[in-house]
Amino acid sequence: MHYILEILPSLVAGAGMTLKIFIWTLIGSLPLGLVVSLGLISNFKPLQWLLHFYVWLMRGTPLLLQLIFVFYGLPLVGIVFPRYYAALFAFILNYAAYFAEIFRGGLQSIDDGQYESARVLRLSYGQTIRKIVIPQVIKIVLPSVGNEVINLVKDSSLVYVIGLGDLLRAGNVATARDVTLVPLVLVGVIYLLLTAVTTFILGRIEKHYSYWK
Amino acid sequence: MLELKNITKSFGDKTIINKLNLTVKDGEILSIVGPSGAGKTTLLRCITGLEKVNAGEFFIDGQAFDPYTNRTNESVIGVVFQNFELFPNLTVMQNITLAPTMVLKQSQAEAQKQANELLTRLALADHADQYPYELSGGQKQRVAIARALAMKPNVLCYDEPTSALDPNLRQEVEKLIMGLKADGMTQIVVTHDLTFAENIADEMFHVEPNNSK
Repeated sequence: MHYILEILPSLVAGAGMTLKIFIWTLIGSLPLGLVVSLGLISNFKPLQWLLHFYVWLMRGTPLLLQLIFVFYGLPLVGIVFPRYYAALFAFILNYAAYFAEIFRGGLQSIDDGQYESARVLRLSYGQTIRKIVIPQVIKIVLPSVGNEVINLVKDSSLVYVIGLGDLLRAGNVATARDVTLVPLVLVGVIYLLLTAVTTFILGRIEKHYSYWK
Repeated sequence: MLELKNITKSFGDKTIINKLNLTVKDGEILSIVGPSGAGKTTLLRCITGLEKVNAGEFFIDGQAFDPYTNRTNESVIGVVFQNFELFPNLTVMQNITLAPTMVLKQSQAEAQKQANELLTRLALADHADQYPYELSGGQKQRVAIARALAMKPNVLCYDEPTSALDPNLRQEVEKLIMGLKADGMTQIVVTHDLTFAENIADEMFHVEPNNSK
């Protein structure tokens, strides 16, 4: 017990970094994913090709590799990010690609009839998207987005590769120093707590949208 | 008065509507009948601006207009779709007030007052705060009618108004349409139900399958 209290501050500090990356990645990648998904269903072919290439690139390579490229690779062409911003940059671009594909599926499941009835009511495309399409898409995609959100809690541990001190790294350091698995068990427990809270919040959001079918 | 002159519509090399002329007088009901596949719905989609015609002209009260490109708040053609296409994420009240507030820039209070009048007239006063999934087919149809009427259309069109409803509701729809006629609404009804069409129509228009290539 004494040992646990001794290492807990460093684990909590690591969990703080994990949470920061988690929250800022969501704030950046959800809106970006929505914009990309609207581009993916647009009729402007060059934009479609460009965005398909982007999605292919992001989903086609490991996030770990992308982190390394952003932090160690981009400086070679003169773009230097501090560690933390390099991690956010890579995470936001990567997660936006997954969200874009989820949103695209949601957008395409909205019946043409909804667009047509909005059109004959003289609503503009922007009004139709905002007031009719997006509220329906959010409800449809919530379970899939929730999956990615839970994944993100754990994926955030990849930032160790560019030397950021997150939760898993804090546990690893303690384990290596003290030659005991206790810190890693604690790390597992903290991840479980984080995902439990996330799951609870996602459930509440889904419930919020259950007022219509 | 709505006039169609020499309207031609083809998909690829298949001509669906060939040099069609048609007049609907103010306050009258035109029934468009014919076997399925003859192009009834295509004709209605041209009139309501959901399809672009290949040739021909439209006039409302002698004024030429193109339903496909017309985005002004004049010459509005209201549509009641076969499946109603209500917005599932909005209440009955919001379904009706959305376009008047966003497109006609009515105040919320003004739009709601008008919506309440429409709801009362269509025997829906108790359903204003319900969502479409809570309504029966007949109620959904009346909401769709109220939503179209709130935009103060010059002409109101129905696509197969009896097909998604119980057969015993046919007379209800007849009464509804005749009631709107008594209020002076000009209406176009596409249907494959000849008896129904004859009961309501001032004019009948038979669409024949077009075999000419």
